[in-house]
Amino acid sequence: MEWLRVEQWSPYVVGIGIGMLSWVSFVLSDRPLACSASFAKTSGMIERLFRGKKIEQKPYYQKFPPTIDWQWMLVVGVIIGAFISAKLSGQFQFSWVPAQWKIMVSDSHFVRWLVALAGGVIMGLGARWAGGCTSGHGISGTLQLAVSSWLAAVSFFVGGIATAMLIFKVLLR
Amino acid sequence: MLKAIHSKKGLQLLLGLLMGIVFGFLLQKGGVTRYDVIIGQLLLTDFTVVKIMLSAVVTGMIGVYILKSVGLARLNIKDGSIGASVVGGLIFGVGFGLLGYCPGTVAGAVGQGSLDGLFGGVVGILLGCAIFAAIYPRLEKGILRWGYFGEVTLPQLIKLNTWVVIGLVCAAIVALLFGIEKAGY
Repeated sequence: MEWLRVEQWSPYVVGIGIGMLSWVSFVLSDRPLACSASFAKTSGMIERLFRGKKIEQKPYYQKFPPTIDWQWMLVVGVIIGAFISAKLSGQFQFSWVPAQWKIMVSDSHFVRWLVALAGGVIMGLGARWAGGCTSGHGISGTLQLAVSSWLAAVSFFVGGIATAMLIFKVLLR
Repeated sequence: MLKAIHSKKGLQLLLGLLMGIVFGFLLQKGGVTRYDVIIGQLLLTDFTVVKIMLSAVVTGMIGVYILKSVGLARLNIKDGSIGASVVGGLIFGVGFGLLGYCPGTVAGAVGQGSLDGLFGGVVGILLGCAIFAAIYPRLEKGILRWGYFGEVTLPQLIKLNTWVVIGLVCAAIVALLFGIEKAGY
């Protein structure tokens, strides 16, 4: 079982594995692999905790009720699966600042936290705006040949590449 | 038989969890739960993300369409519009470039101990979703409808046989991956 302890697998083995996992999810659960709606549901649950049941009347929460469902459990599973994999290869480590960020920007925890938070807010907004993320549109939607997903996936990378280039090749040069 | 499995709520929650564990395990083994790998993709110096996504798409596409043709699966196509898919996609991209994780890989990053992923990424995405839920009624009547095209697939759009389109898309993806490898990335 040494292969389970290896730090990194070939990207093609991983990609083919994810593709095969999508077969299983379509057959056994009648659902595509996707992640971002679970975040919307979670934010609805948190909002309900503070502001009560009336938030369930919001049009968006009527469409995506703040409840635990298959996809919500999928995201919990992703945390657990990555934890198991990282533990097996000895890569699990608490860290605030990624190595590359340290080299390119700074080793300040605060700066990294602030930028990650801002990025997260914009990403959460954009994911729900587009109706999916890199999993739901980028993998599951494109593999079904959905036009919405191909447009969204290309836009994710156009926006992402432009932003990363602007920050690291222009602003921080 | 499959319908019976789909309608068992508790079983589906368990299946979701199990498939998530496999998904998270694969994402971590692929290296894409690390900021360094994702930002490398966006700076076009590391093509791991594209290699994983495109090989998943080819594998998934062929399998899911075969399963559909034998009646074991049905498609789940999201509707879209220029205002939702492209504008929303570009907004997502800005967040992608800043955060360096996406909603799935940030969960994986948390699993391997990333605190910027947890307190920055996850908290931020939850806030962003709440903001979207608050402004949704206004967007729904406006920009999200702009250029609406509905639940359409590429074969329907270009009026070609589904298997011809699958063949062409898979060939293009395989050629692109060969090109990336040949260029030394």
